[in-house]
Amino acid sequence: MTTATTSQARLKLIFSDPHINRMLVILAALLLFFAIVRTKNFLSVGTWQSMAVQFPEFGLMALGVMLTMLLGGIDLSVVAVANLSAILAAQTMIMLLPADAAGGQAAFGLIAAVLVALVVGALAGILNGLLVAAVKIPPILVTLGTFELFTGIAIVLTDGKAISGLPSQYAEVFAGRLFGVIPVPLLIFVLGVLVIAFLLGKTAYGAKIYLLGTNPTAAHFSGLHSLSLQVRTYLTSGMFAALAGIVMLANYNSARADYGASYTLLAILIVVLGGINPNGGSGRLFGVVLAVVILQVLSSLLNTFPDISNFYRPLIWGGVLLLVIVANGWTRPQHLRRLQLTRTRKEQDA
Amino acid sequence: MAAMVRRLLKANEFYLFLVILVIAVLIQLRSGQFFTLTNLVSLANAMVVPGLFAVAAFMVLVSGGIDVSFPALASLAVYATTRLLVDTGYDGGVWLPFLIAILLGALLGAVNGAFVSRYAVPTLIITLGTSSVFSGFMQGALGSVQIPNIPQGMKDFGSAVLFVAQHPETGLKANLPLSFLVLVAVVAIVFFIMRYTTFGRGLYAIGGDESVAARAGFKVRWIKFRLYVVVGVIAAIAGLIRTSMMGQMHPTNLLGMELMVIAAVVLGGTAITGGTGSLTGVMLGTLLIVIVQNSMILVGIPTIWQSVALGTLIIIGTGISAVQLTRSGKRTAVRV
Repeated sequence: MTTATTSQARLKLIFSDPHINRMLVILAALLLFFAIVRTKNFLSVGTWQSMAVQFPEFGLMALGVMLTMLLGGIDLSVVAVANLSAILAAQTMIMLLPADAAGGQAAFGLIAAVLVALVVGALAGILNGLLVAAVKIPPILVTLGTFELFTGIAIVLTDGKAISGLPSQYAEVFAGRLFGVIPVPLLIFVLGVLVIAFLLGKTAYGAKIYLLGTNPTAAHFSGLHSLSLQVRTYLTSGMFAALAGIVMLANYNSARADYGASYTLLAILIVVLGGINPNGGSGRLFGVVLAVVILQVLSSLLNTFPDISNFYRPLIWGGVLLLVIVANGWTRPQHLRRLQLTRTRKEQDA
Repeated sequence: MAAMVRRLLKANEFYLFLVILVIAVLIQLRSGQFFTLTNLVSLANAMVVPGLFAVAAFMVLVSGGIDVSFPALASLAVYATTRLLVDTGYDGGVWLPFLIAILLGALLGAVNGAFVSRYAVPTLIITLGTSSVFSGFMQGALGSVQIPNIPQGMKDFGSAVLFVAQHPETGLKANLPLSFLVLVAVVAIVFFIMRYTTFGRGLYAIGGDESVAARAGFKVRWIKFRLYVVVGVIAAIAGLIRTSMMGQMHPTNLLGMELMVIAAVVLGGTAITGGTGSLTGVMLGTLLIVIVQNSMILVGIPTIWQSVALGTLIIIGTGISAVQLTRSGKRTAVRV
């Protein structure tokens, strides 16, 4: 039996997931609508550039939430972790660099800031993971509690105010444009997607995540180290939240304990829209990426209609979430399980 | 007697009561202000609205779901009621606002119920969606401006007191509001429902194991639907009381309370997976959270640490209950 998949078989794989097909149609329709109704904005590079700067913020968070949801858990603390990492990164930079630092010294400060953020994200993730896997507190409660805890720590660290006065090099690098065209946040997001694609598709860890999410009892009896897997997953989610914090810090050029408050719902919406089963065990990365793009296009489209007040945005996100649930027709637990059967059958065909 | 003592020691609620007592004594030692009548009355005052929400959240948690939409639901229902009554220049008693708010609460609750009973998606996610829809609708479509002059009937109800406690030294007063009786009434009614009606027992059954409950004959979808209507009604009542007591309608005042309320219920011994829980625990849990929030000042902890304290409390509280569960061997399946 040949293990190499032909390009035809690979195409069949992509199109065999009903969620992804649905989303490709929605995306095409949305882009068409955008092109016709707001042609001027559609054709300007600036529109796409500003989109590419915004969506990595919640896109990276959604990637983290996706991993935890594959396990059947959830991570509601991503926004708090992002803010906390941003705040600590900002404080590190301000502490290490005088305002007029140049060249090598600035680079050192930037690297230190990124490292601090990633370490904070990792530690937060480990805390989440241990509480879920070792103490066995339900993930919803853990991440709600840590959300409150991390936000509280952030408030204490900043005294409730925003931290600004960052060295200008930070925003230049992390909110800048590669070759003058491609925004760096987009690059960070693409990097994140590639990392997760590798983890899920090419490593034992990835395969085990799906198994653990499908049936924890069977996984345990099959010898999977569920504690290690869970901690690693929440750790990764924490680090992706920290990456989101790095991007937010660059975009806003400041850090605050309550930035991105609406991103929690948005991240969950993206993940569910992307076809990830909230009970764990199935869902594809490509679906989540599509969902991120769709929601960003929708968001930018709304921006071009200044009459629609910003207050309507949560209404629209909530409405879309409910619509997705209705459209997917997940009326019985078996419907959700069918997603898993589709995956194993594909593996047999390939 | 011995059997009763043994049962008491096994109950989660007993240890919660001990914790509250310990904290109370600590605060008393630190500030000498805890066991004063004014402090106790103001705690009771602060407990009315969260207590009502907690009772509603308790019913949902027992059935195995998690509802995060009740503050938004309450805000929308009461905002619409107040807006309507103010615009029509209403001047009568408080019964009409209550009636309208209850109807709206039931309607919005029915929206929740329709989705939850029909779709197998976790309640948390569905109510995240409806929460955004409710608050988005209130802030977008209804304009969501603060309404400073609410109908007189509501104001009168809000300021009606059962009795006033006055501190002998500082002269500070604390009111035990009339709405405390509403809390007592709702708790009593829900207690009766949960223990003595098929609907209530059905909630416990569904929370324990939904498919088994269905096979045992419980009409699961109908029970779930009615549950969310009831939750909507209780939430609307709580919102109306909050508005009446504040004397004005502030649309976003209640938003964000869901975490605190769910934490209170879980700390009180209700499992997040459903199937167990008692109202005593719920009330004790609410009391604990209210004490932590209101009395930190008495111990000298600045309010900036409130979120940290709340988060730590949730983690420790749920952690202890999780460890207890694992130790008692009640865990049958490996949980992720």
